[in-house]
Amino acid sequence: MRSNFVFQEIWVGLRRNLTMTMALIVVVAISLSLLGTGLLFVKQVDRTRTYWQSQVEISVYLCYKGDISPNCHGAATTAQQQGLQSRLQAMPQVEKVTYVTQQQAYTLFKSAMSNEQSLVSTVTATELPPSLEVKLRNPSADYQIVSSAVTGAPGVDSVIDEMTILEKFYNLLNGLRNAVIVVALILVVAAVLLVANTIRLSAFNRRRETGIMRLVGASNFYIQLPFLLEGVIAGLFGWVIAAALLVGVKSLLLNNLQQYFSYNVGLSMADLVEVIVFAMIVGVALCGVTAFVTLRRYLRV
Amino acid sequence: MIEFQNVTKVYPSQNRAALENVDLTVNKGEFVFLVGPSGSGKSSFLRLILREERPNDGRILVAGNDLARLTNWKVPAMRRKIGCVFQDFRLLPSKTVEQNVAFALEVIGKPRRFIRRVVPEVLDLVGLEGKHDRMPDQLSGGEQQRVAMARAFVNRPMILLADEPTGNIDPATSIGIMKVLDRINRTGTTVVMATHDAAIVDSMRKRVIELEYGKVVRDQNRGVYGQAY
Repeated sequence: MRSNFVFQEIWVGLRRNLTMTMALIVVVAISLSLLGTGLLFVKQVDRTRTYWQSQVEISVYLCYKGDISPNCHGAATTAQQQGLQSRLQAMPQVEKVTYVTQQQAYTLFKSAMSNEQSLVSTVTATELPPSLEVKLRNPSADYQIVSSAVTGAPGVDSVIDEMTILEKFYNLLNGLRNAVIVVALILVVAAVLLVANTIRLSAFNRRRETGIMRLVGASNFYIQLPFLLEGVIAGLFGWVIAAALLVGVKSLLLNNLQQYFSYNVGLSMADLVEVIVFAMIVGVALCGVTAFVTLRRYLRV
Repeated sequence: MIEFQNVTKVYPSQNRAALENVDLTVNKGEFVFLVGPSGSGKSSFLRLILREERPNDGRILVAGNDLARLTNWKVPAMRRKIGCVFQDFRLLPSKTVEQNVAFALEVIGKPRRFIRRVVPEVLDLVGLEGKHDRMPDQLSGGEQQRVAMARAFVNRPMILLADEPTGNIDPATSIGIMKVLDRINRTGTTVVMATHDAAIVDSMRKRVIELEYGKVVRDQNRGVYGQAY
């Protein structure tokens, strides 16, 4: 095996149909980066979901003095509050119930909204409802049972289960992810066709050389390797660009998205590396396999 | 060296056989002319030897290989024992004379040192001294064919197939080409040459196999181009 000879052949091949190669690189880059973005989304959603499912609580807001809600007729009594608390505590799905007083609620509100001082200044402790924060053993399965058990009970203003809010958010993210993956798959098909076409063109450009190679008894492997590597190298170039784009997607898009939420479940560097490595495998396999299949058709012995 | 046993070749979409019941043996070191009008099956004969085509019937043995039993991946090794020369030279226009010949060795993975040694030798053998660095388009037709012969012979094949090697070359230059082929034959290489050139066949007085409509109509030692009787 004369490696420098093979590389010389590859270089000649790539340079001869430069425009085709560039188109190939761009398409591979875009399809891989979209595929990677889709995967990052999947990871982000999974991560967020796991995080929230451990955190999610049902908030049972109790009536307070001055409450204008139609469900309330004056503040909830201590008896009502304790009755609800013990009822919830008795349910097998419930792990823990905590009573949050108006003053505690105000303190939490202030810390959560610390960068929204204008909002904090308009709210006083007496305007926030006291609540029972219910922690569930298995939030995704049980939240409906528990929330319906206390909805409408005397002294209860409203029951907010965070799962309902989150589901909407998940649906949005899932939809976004699906859209990205569909576009990525369409582009993958385009990339496959482009690889096939590039290899075919390259094989046609060098039919004289390959013809002579066959006649003098060069092995199929030797004849096909330059074309195969041509595809793979174009794929690798595309992957490098895709990797850069993915780093951008992570650091700009996902990290910025993070700022809008008061929790921190960002993707780690390891997640990014995992996605990028996966994109490389897909890219190289895509180009390699397509090139191989194309060569079987156009470079027969 | 080459043995055809009742070989028949019919191309799809053609009703007449390109070769029909061809049964002959070419021994090691022989020089054979293959003559006959266009379409008589000369090229098919050569392509069958190279296993570019496979016969519909019969058996072909080349340099000890039964071509029907040869698996695809062993075909390249078999072809290394065969050199080929064509009417249209088939040189690579972007490579020099020396590079063209070296290419044949590079692609079968010969070491560089070996290539550097044997390429000038074979170029001298075919009579291209001092033209190693020329490009093919700077050479005459005869010289280009010499390059092609050097390329075919550089790996010392057991068999040299020549498909009308003088077809594009004037008679005077053809004599030079034939001298090179004769020289190659004298090294023990079996030479099979398909040709239309009566003058050459007549002057060489070698074995002549005449094909007509895919059948061997004459197989004659020390023969001539036309009918000798």
